[in-house]
Amino acid sequence: MMDAGRHPNINLLTYSEVESVSGYVGNFVVRIRVRARSVDAEKCTGCGTCEEKCPTKVVDAAYEAGLGYRKAVYRPFAQAVPPVPVIDRDNCLWFTKGRCRLCEKVCPTGAIDYNQQDTILEVQVGNIILATGFDPFDARRIPQYGYGRFPNVFTSLEMERMLSGAGPTGGKVVLRDGETVPRQVAIIHCVGSRDKKYHEYCSRVCCMYSLKLAHLIRHKTHAEVYNFYIDIRAPGKLYEEFYHRMLDEGIHFIRGKVAQVTDAARGPEEEGKLVVQFDDSLVGRQRRLPVDMVVLAIGLEPRHDSREVARLFGISTDADGWFREKHPKLDPVATMTDGVLVAGCAQGPKDIPDSVAQGSAAAARVLSLIGQGEVKVESATALVDELMCTGCGQCIQSCPYAAIEYLKERRVAHVIDALCKGCGTCAGACPSKAITLRHFTDRQLVSEMMGAIFAMRAQYATRNT
Amino acid sequence: MSEQAYEPKIIGFLCNWCSYAGADLAGATRLKYPPNLKIIRVPCSGRVAPELVIRAFKEGADGVMVLGCHIGDCHYATGNHRTARRMPVLKALLAFTGIEPERFLVKWVSSSEGELFAQTVREFTEKVRRLGPLEMRAAVDA
Repeated sequence: MMDAGRHPNINLLTYSEVESVSGYVGNFVVRIRVRARSVDAEKCTGCGTCEEKCPTKVVDAAYEAGLGYRKAVYRPFAQAVPPVPVIDRDNCLWFTKGRCRLCEKVCPTGAIDYNQQDTILEVQVGNIILATGFDPFDARRIPQYGYGRFPNVFTSLEMERMLSGAGPTGGKVVLRDGETVPRQVAIIHCVGSRDKKYHEYCSRVCCMYSLKLAHLIRHKTHAEVYNFYIDIRAPGKLYEEFYHRMLDEGIHFIRGKVAQVTDAARGPEEEGKLVVQFDDSLVGRQRRLPVDMVVLAIGLEPRHDSREVARLFGISTDADGWFREKHPKLDPVATMTDGVLVAGCAQGPKDIPDSVAQGSAAAARVLSLIGQGEVKVESATALVDELMCTGCGQCIQSCPYAAIEYLKERRVAHVIDALCKGCGTCAGACPSKAITLRHFTDRQLVSEMMGAIFAMRAQYATRNT
Repeated sequence: MSEQAYEPKIIGFLCNWCSYAGADLAGATRLKYPPNLKIIRVPCSGRVAPELVIRAFKEGADGVMVLGCHIGDCHYATGNHRTARRMPVLKALLAFTGIEPERFLVKWVSSSEGELFAQTVREFTEKVRRLGPLEMRAAVDA
């Protein structure tokens, strides 16, 4: 991350949003809204004094998963690149109540600028790689697991922060009261994944991170750790070996789906505990297990705005909302829009090695395009007969790729060859038959059709007489 | 022409990426379906102009089917959305002109649905067989 931040040829625009994209491979024009962070990135040295002195504490719902606090002027996390803080205008005393301005006073370089405005940046680029990641599944959507109702039901992200030495508990695994060390911990796999009610797909990372969490929890607390799984999916290099190591370490694995987590005790041994009710599919019956702590291994979801982002860049998403690659096996990096590539979880759930591999592949693909200096385009593109075109604009509306423009001075439609993918939807829409798709013209299709009908007629005529 | 021996002539416009591949799969897995269907490959079901369907009926087809990708699965993002909006209008128009709308079928068949493809063709062929030759040009076509 630091290397990318320091590289002279890499321009990082954080806290920014793409507003619009026009053009095509080699000639994209991207409008970017660089949001006002109220800190001048040129002057800021990243010393962190403002963050230290800021009097306003805000619950950090993002990085600390709601367990810790950040200031109103903050960097998302200690190693963030670039190390320039941002003022959270919704919580800053100056922006909400008109007083304080302490950060301005303590800043040694005078980088704080309360009047900073959003700026619009237009950049010309040849290729675009989309690596917008994922959203974690919201465990509250499964009410029977009790997240948000029972304090000692945690998500895997909360546990991850708790296990970090620099985290909100300083690396101690404790219940929500902040001091009690759990003696039994249940980890529920596939929360929001492999479930037709939520997401049918497997999120791929939860099994391995659950094993890691199980290992660390056992190591730190000597608690009994129970994994409730449907299948253990450990299909990576050294992953299966890690699973076997966990089995040897005495971590319990129970195959079965958890029905509910409840605090309604049925006996003295369940008193004051969380009870996991589950179907033990290896034993073949319903069982109950009292524990102190439940960890929900939440799955991965497409970003909440992935469909809008896909539309912005002229690519498509699958039914779940992941960006659709050109071919799931043969071309998992490119998209149907030339010059727009995808990498990482934006394309589908995957772990870190796979994301790194895909990111490198996308970069290599872009480099080879830059190296060639020219691109191959689809040969079967649409063509407008300008004498026939009435300029009605039906084709422009029907085109999924915005590849048709209206020439005002000639009052006709015009196909941008570099953008056209040859689907022919325009040819199906044109009321005056002015637009045709090369290799699939009306004449060709009708000839083929007449040939077929002629053949059938001849064939059936002999049979019928 | 006797009723039993009547063989319907069916033209199918199949999208290259889903339904054509689905038909391919039906063949590769040796599924049985009537030979009354002649397939015309189009890049996308969105390429099928309503005129092409009408032309097929005019030239002697007894049934026409347009098969495309499932909504949301279109290789060209939204090409089949156009099909989904265009074809019901055409169907209404066919009924208006006196062609039984049952002779025209629009359906989504993906590349993995070879069995659905075969079944669709079987059902549609039977339906058209029951309807008999297209009345409008029965005099010239018999």
